[in-house]
Amino acid sequence: MSTDTVAHADHGHADDHGEHGHGEHVDHPDSWYVKIALVLAGITAAEVALSYMDVGVVFLPTLLIMMVIKFVMVVLFFMHLRFDSKWFNMAFWSGLILAVLVYVAALTTFKFWG
Amino acid sequence: MSELAVDTSSGHDAVASDSRHDHTPHDDHGGGHGHYTSLGLSNNKLGMWLFLGSECLLFGGLISTYMLYRGRTAKGPGPNQVYDIPFTSASSFVLLMSSLTMVLAVTAAKRRDDGNTRLWLSVTALLGALFVGGQVYEFTGFYNEGLGFTTSLFSSSLYTLTGFHGVHVTVGIMMLMALRGILTKNRIVGDKAEVVELIGLYWHFVDIIWIIIFTLVYLIPA
Repeated sequence: MSTDTVAHADHGHADDHGEHGHGEHVDHPDSWYVKIALVLAGITAAEVALSYMDVGVVFLPTLLIMMVIKFVMVVLFFMHLRFDSKWFNMAFWSGLILAVLVYVAALTTFKFWG
Repeated sequence: MSELAVDTSSGHDAVASDSRHDHTPHDDHGGGHGHYTSLGLSNNKLGMWLFLGSECLLFGGLISTYMLYRGRTAKGPGPNQVYDIPFTSASSFVLLMSSLTMVLAVTAAKRRDDGNTRLWLSVTALLGALFVGGQVYEFTGFYNEGLGFTTSLFSSSLYTLTGFHGVHVTVGIMMLMALRGILTKNRIVGDKAEVVELIGLYWHFVDIIWIIIFTLVYLIPA
């Protein structure tokens, strides 16, 4: 297993790590990913625990916030989008945002929120 | 054909595209046999990200349909009668951990550590198979409780959503095993680490979709 975090400045290179996005490629040690996985597991455990508790009106927003945190952590750190080209970011986030907008509009049409 | 890309952001002119074929294996992704856009991006990787962005629309449609119909149980069982939250939580944990093993496979591939790459790919496929097995078990339980595919709008939308996700996981397992096989036979032309990374992106995507399904479908009561 690798043990060091290595940062490379990519200026002047046109490799696929996306200097056009931020100009830096970072190699993290495996232990860094294990820590992230532990945080994700902890949040999942908290979600499940919350589903058994009666916390009133904060239940839904809290659950949704935890879901979004997990989603974003996997995308940014496990999928490396945090350290990758802005073009890859645009490709993914634009699809996701479009999907959210389209289906929020569709659900609104069906009066789902009422 | 020659294609010139000028990197103005760093103040240097960089010849991309065709010159990339001259890269030696010491570069981080090790091959240089891939094709690149004029922005210096890997075509394969850009294609995968665009594909994943478009998949958001597919799953968005399925999730929205489920949200609309989850209360339409007709005379069949409803969500609160069939869901087994502890079991599904364990399945979710398994899939979440498979994302960790997948990222470990990617980092091993970037280190050119073929042994560990194959090991973590196998563990990831195994965890994925465990998840799919759990889903089959769960579906069997639903069916035994009287929830068939055509029982109600709720059951149709539930089976379609989770079934589509299960198919994606199954396709991912097949890709992982195929990748492990061609790594063993050393038949990857060009950049091994990028191929592992591409499969990894797909795998993480099925994980993030499950993160949403688990919360919206299982944890939020109808």
